[in-house]
Amino acid sequence: MNTRADNPSMAPSTSPKSLRLSMAIRAGINQIACVLIAVMLWLFGIDKGFWSGLVFSLLIGNFCWLFIDVGRAVVAGWLYRQHGGSTGWPGWPWMAPIVVIGTVFGYLLGHAAARAVLGLPAGVALVHTPVLMFSVLAAMVVSYIFYARERLHIQQLQAEAAERLASELQLKLLQSQLEPHMLFNTLANLRVLIGLDPAQAQAMLDHLIAFLRSTLAGTRVDRHALAQEFDALRDYLALMAVRMGARLQPSFDLPADLAQLGVPPLLLQPLVENAIKHGLEPKIEGGRIDISARRDAGRLQLRVRDTGIGLAADGTGTAGSKFGLELVRERLARLYGDSASLTLSAATDADGGTEALIQLPLTPA
Amino acid sequence: MNTPTTATALIAEDEPLLATALRADLAALWPALKLLPTAADGQTALDTALALQPEVCFLDIRMPALSGLEVATALAEDWPDGGRPFPLLVFVTAYDQYALQAFDAQAVDYLVKPVQRDRLAGCVQRLQQRLAQRSPPAEALAQTLDQLRSLLGQAAAPAAPRLQVIQAQVGSLVHLVPVDQVLYFEAADKYVRVVTAEREHLIRASLRELLPQLDPAVFWQVHRGTVVQARNIVSARREESGKVTLTLAGHPEKLVASRLYAHLFKGM
Repeated sequence: MNTRADNPSMAPSTSPKSLRLSMAIRAGINQIACVLIAVMLWLFGIDKGFWSGLVFSLLIGNFCWLFIDVGRAVVAGWLYRQHGGSTGWPGWPWMAPIVVIGTVFGYLLGHAAARAVLGLPAGVALVHTPVLMFSVLAAMVVSYIFYARERLHIQQLQAEAAERLASELQLKLLQSQLEPHMLFNTLANLRVLIGLDPAQAQAMLDHLIAFLRSTLAGTRVDRHALAQEFDALRDYLALMAVRMGARLQPSFDLPADLAQLGVPPLLLQPLVENAIKHGLEPKIEGGRIDISARRDAGRLQLRVRDTGIGLAADGTGTAGSKFGLELVRERLARLYGDSASLTLSAATDADGGTEALIQLPLTPA
Repeated sequence: MNTPTTATALIAEDEPLLATALRADLAALWPALKLLPTAADGQTALDTALALQPEVCFLDIRMPALSGLEVATALAEDWPDGGRPFPLLVFVTAYDQYALQAFDAQAVDYLVKPVQRDRLAGCVQRLQQRLAQRSPPAEALAQTLDQLRSLLGQAAAPAAPRLQVIQAQVGSLVHLVPVDQVLYFEAADKYVRVVTAEREHLIRASLRELLPQLDPAVFWQVHRGTVVQARNIVSARREESGKVTLTLAGHPEKLVASRLYAHLFKGM
């Protein structure tokens, strides 16, 4: 059935206003279809008079619509309560019997009503088989038109939602990259270095430029090479090293055969930032941060490990670090679905600290 | 303009370059200021300030061990009576998350990194004026306390889901202590003492983590290291120093509410 609409976040939002509008449009389509049917029946000579045929067609058509639409709404509502996710369209296995039964009832009631309106004696020739068959066929066609319209509408909404999610993630990424505390502290250090050691200041400025460049480039593409990812982290950690001095000891381990694999740009950056902000910065003597990539059972493992104060000891950071972790998880989910994961755990060896591990499929850049 | 004011100042800053620069700038703008060795973390800053009692403290907000705000809180609580007047505080921050500019610079001033020369000059001028016409220590302290309270209110972590039961582990046994039976929590190094009428437990947590999970109407923080269930407080006695001694129902131990929280105990 409509598996794509099972994800509640993708479900179109139906406001009362859009509901009324779609109702009005469906009513319009229905009346046009009824008139067309009346014209066809008249042209094929099945109906003797055009006007009486139109009355029959309109009444039968509208009663059919009433039964089918109510049936559809009831089943869709029931399915929604059972499984969640709502498109208003229960799918053909449900709709085929609803259309047939709804048409039979609509035909009988519409037929009786039309005879009453036209002053014909009731109860004569209740079932005129060709006309009934024709009505069922027409109802199927009209229902299909409704269905096709609805599906197009849902696809549009889904496309819009996906686009919104992508730009939201892009904005979050920018926000985390250009965290004001980091930026202003870096500039403050740079300002001091300019007077103290112009050569080192220049080197620091180069790292800052490279960092900003990779940040901006990273928000424009979906993937870049792991080698580029490590370069961006080197720039970031070089900036942090100026600030923290010997308290920050970074190490990188990127096997050459993995360097050209593709990863979402700046995926690791929030994890590195967390390791510093919540692991090493609060620790008086500082410590190591090890960033490594590995191939394991056909998957790519990316590890950010610090020897900081550890997960439990950091009471204040939880809210702040969650932002970064959520961002990484959302990006992984968007690009890889269930086949990628992020886990955060206490490092198991004697050096202590925290380890963040990302596992994702091997994909070329 | 001003006659040179001699004073001692402490700089607490974990980033070595920034500390060096602030020292150099201060030395140029205020040659008569005696600078203590830089403290590179919050705990060192607190210990140095309490031991050497400088007139001015420049406190970086984000530091290892204790934040600038925690250092200021601890100083306000532990500053010895009858010693030198409480130091003038200047917070230094890269990004003003605490809306420091809303405060009256007379009590707590602030600098934003990168620290600009003219901004620092203005700050130095205010500090010199205040040292020259120093208001009575009690009044100055009261003013500082007011601003610290307000800052602490802003810095408080957002409320987390309420804790119902404390789980205290001893070896392989976990004791379950309903939160409403807790008389008070007390910070003890890396642990928190959980004291009930019958016994006490140690849990591996910090008050900082625990506090957002407690109902502030039920559990009152009375000291940076003590949170007490208010309905167990029988009486509060105000001491000369501004501290308040609390007597608990059914418990022999007395608790001390610091100057910073003494305002919680006032007759109706």
